[in-house]
Amino acid sequence: MQQFIELIRQPWPWYVAGPLIGLTVPTLLLIGNKSFGISSSLRHICAACFPANISFFKYDWKKEIWNLVFVLGVFFGGMIATNFMENPNAFQLSANTMADLRALGIQDFSGLMPADLFSMEALFSLKGFIFFVLGGFMVGFGTRYAGGCTSGHAIMGLSNLQVPSLIATCCFMVGGFTMTHLLMPFIFKLF
Amino acid sequence: MSFQQVSPPIEQDEQPFACEAPNDMAQSESWVSNIKYLIVGVLFGIVFVKAEIISWFRIQEMFRLQSFHMYGVIGSAVVVGMISVFLIKKFNIKTLSGETVQFHPKKFQRGQIYGGLIFGLGWAITGACPGPLFAQIGSGYMAVIVTLLSAVAGTWAYGYFRDKLPN
Repeated sequence: MQQFIELIRQPWPWYVAGPLIGLTVPTLLLIGNKSFGISSSLRHICAACFPANISFFKYDWKKEIWNLVFVLGVFFGGMIATNFMENPNAFQLSANTMADLRALGIQDFSGLMPADLFSMEALFSLKGFIFFVLGGFMVGFGTRYAGGCTSGHAIMGLSNLQVPSLIATCCFMVGGFTMTHLLMPFIFKLF
Repeated sequence: MSFQQVSPPIEQDEQPFACEAPNDMAQSESWVSNIKYLIVGVLFGIVFVKAEIISWFRIQEMFRLQSFHMYGVIGSAVVVGMISVFLIKKFNIKTLSGETVQFHPKKFQRGQIYGGLIFGLGWAITGACPGPLFAQIGSGYMAVIVTLLSAVAGTWAYGYFRDKLPN
């Protein structure tokens, strides 16, 4: 038992995590005929809190409450894993990525998130505006415009062999590569 | 009788409610049965943290092609998902309450390209897709609450401008 606890506290390899995430698809389908997708929770929040007579938010969000309960679960899961199953060792990052990010000005590689960017102090600066406000806005706007995110398109959509989901997934990746390689060097020069 | 037709439904969309994660369960569910989704969500959130998918650094590794980890996670998730969907269709496996599993063919729209690119830009900068956002906040990264609120605002803005956007 002790050994098992030691084992699950280590970071999980991709061949454990990936299949578990994949199993979410049949689990949700079979326990309640639910298609896997997370970004729709953002839409339900809009529909529940600020529908503002916009037709896109006028639907029976209560029927979709399962999706909000699911993301609440993700929140608690994050809390449990971080507080009770924490990795006893230091976070391991590829040396190349570390060198690239150091060149951009990131110094702290101790946690899952760079403390240089994701701190409360950074929140009210230009850095915070770009990384939290602008970034978050693009995530919310983009996923809804695309009709799904990594879960709805890349995992659920591809599992169901949908060509539009493949197109969307490729565009997610192109957007990410563009930001990382073409835009981020300029963004980091701003501070 | 022809002059007294039934008033058209308020929502005159071609797809009344096309959401990528619809609830297709015909029977209504009680509050208690939502606990199932809470549990699946908790397990999912634990995997997110333990596989370090919520890490901004891991997303950077992925977009810099310097680690296989994220490709392995997404790739194997898709393979397992594909096999599961294939088996459900092939053997017509029913849900726990005995219903036929519903699948939704997706229609190509230009929004998948434009929206996909915008989301990709945001994904690299925030280091999170919508799922990890919730797990990051749960992990204690309180500043991410701002990212989440901003994502809600982005979703709202899409709803507001939807008719004016190319799609």
